[in-house]
Amino acid sequence: MTTVSSSDTSAPTSPAVTGAADGAHGTAALEAVPVRHYGRWVAAAVIVAFLLLLFRAFAAADIDYSVTKHFLTAGTVLHGLVNTLLISVLAQAMGIGLGIVFAVMAMSRNPVMKTTSWVYVWLFRGTPVLVQLLLWYNLSLVFPALTLPGVGSWSTNHVVTPFVAALLGLGINEGAYMAEITRAGLGSVDHGQVEASHALGMSPRLTLRRVVLPQAMRVIIPPTGNEFVNMLKTSSLAYAIQYGELLQSAVKIYTNNLAIVELLLTISVWYLALTTVATVVQSRLERRYSRGVRIPPVRGGRVRAALGRRQGGSA
Amino acid sequence: MTATPLVKAEAVRKSFGRLEVLKGIDLEVARGEVCCVVGPSGSGKSTFLRCINHLEKVDAGRLSVDGHLVGYRVKGERLHEMREREVAAQRRDIGMVFQRFNLFPHMTALENVMEAPVRVRREPKASARERAVRLLDRVGLADKRAMYPGQLSGGQQQRVAIARALAMEPKLMLFDEPTSALDPELVGEVLDVMRDLATSGMTMVVVTHEIGFAGEVGDALVFMDDGRVVESGRPRAVIAEPRHDRTRSFLSKVL
Repeated sequence: MTTVSSSDTSAPTSPAVTGAADGAHGTAALEAVPVRHYGRWVAAAVIVAFLLLLFRAFAAADIDYSVTKHFLTAGTVLHGLVNTLLISVLAQAMGIGLGIVFAVMAMSRNPVMKTTSWVYVWLFRGTPVLVQLLLWYNLSLVFPALTLPGVGSWSTNHVVTPFVAALLGLGINEGAYMAEITRAGLGSVDHGQVEASHALGMSPRLTLRRVVLPQAMRVIIPPTGNEFVNMLKTSSLAYAIQYGELLQSAVKIYTNNLAIVELLLTISVWYLALTTVATVVQSRLERRYSRGVRIPPVRGGRVRAALGRRQGGSA
Repeated sequence: MTATPLVKAEAVRKSFGRLEVLKGIDLEVARGEVCCVVGPSGSGKSTFLRCINHLEKVDAGRLSVDGHLVGYRVKGERLHEMREREVAAQRRDIGMVFQRFNLFPHMTALENVMEAPVRVRREPKASARERAVRLLDRVGLADKRAMYPGQLSGGQQQRVAIARALAMEPKLMLFDEPTSALDPELVGEVLDVMRDLATSGMTMVVVTHEIGFAGEVGDALVFMDDGRVVESGRPRAVIAEPRHDRTRSFLSKVL
């Protein structure tokens, strides 16, 4: 395109060249032999060959794929699927809540708050989540009973069920990561926004809620989606503390029928399905929130804007 | 009471680390007066302005607005620092307009103007909205209510920012180089709004490079250099016959 228009503009100064070009090919387009990418073809051929070998190996392997397929919709597996989704959503929600609280604490001028937040992140980000899960699960070893002075006392084993232990372990661990993400988001908001709010007589709290957090969301949301994709898979660690999630349901079945690999493939299909959906949602959110601040949201708020776009897309 | 100045600064000092930015500022702004502060960059004029509503803390000297010390409370013989909440309450009566507008990008022009009255003064939305509409009309943006800051020109954004500050019905307006970030052709529309505001009797402290505006609208002109007030007086007199060499050389550069 550029070449054509430049040859047009240079026509009066170099008539000979333009004339020759016109004579040979016209002004429509340049006919040039494109660069051949032989490397790509070679690479593709190698990879296809490799995949064929792999495919043949798995086809010949001692795997009964009908078992894999059969258990995709088995009650036990579906039950595990629901639990995996449940614990992931709840733990992520808890992580987001804790993350906001500890990020605000980290950015406060209060040295007590700052230090508390630092220690929290240091502790829960610095130890393996599997170890944390096991610690919560075995809480009764060190605290046999949980007592609220003046309210009552309960056996720890009754309170900290596998579900509660998984939620605490995954949620509190996630909170440490979310605190770092949220802190980055809060830090990304122009300080002039805070000054303008203060100049209007807004309290620090009101400033955070009405001005800083809404703008920080742009930075916070994309990595949060990423965290959730991770959470879907990390929740499988709760298998170690008897929580009935996907992995546990697979193990339950294969200890009976010994179709170990078949069942592991079954739940892999489900994990892939979950993460695929989450990734699609995440990339959409990312696209929406990574737009520059200069480009304004559509009139009438985000929700209506999103609905409007979806209608527009389907129409 | 009317004789007491609205803003009174006595030997105000401010340092950032080892750098002393304000080296003893004495200044009085009477009610209804428009005081323009000019001077080279780094002279401390913006810092002084920010001290007036406690965006910067004063290190020494006394700075009071309407007879009340800014950011401090006198209790017995000692000064006590105010809590954030008390400072916030003090700032409600002081409007401020920034060089870079600092409008809230996630709110429309109307929402920007309504925000503080509704959230800070807990005014009913209907009456806040009514006043916001009137204020946007006053700054000539009646048709831009539903626009987001990103959809407005710099001059329009700054006019929304002025309306936003006025929505809290302040008794003092601070302008921190309100036209310095604007394209030249947009400066006029902002100055027009400010001129209109001055005519209505608003007390204003304006840090600016617009010497023409200072001469025409200002009641007082203060020339600052190196953290001190070098010269002050009636704007036309200072501009026409500066007494100090530094004022003269500065004016010769900007005029």
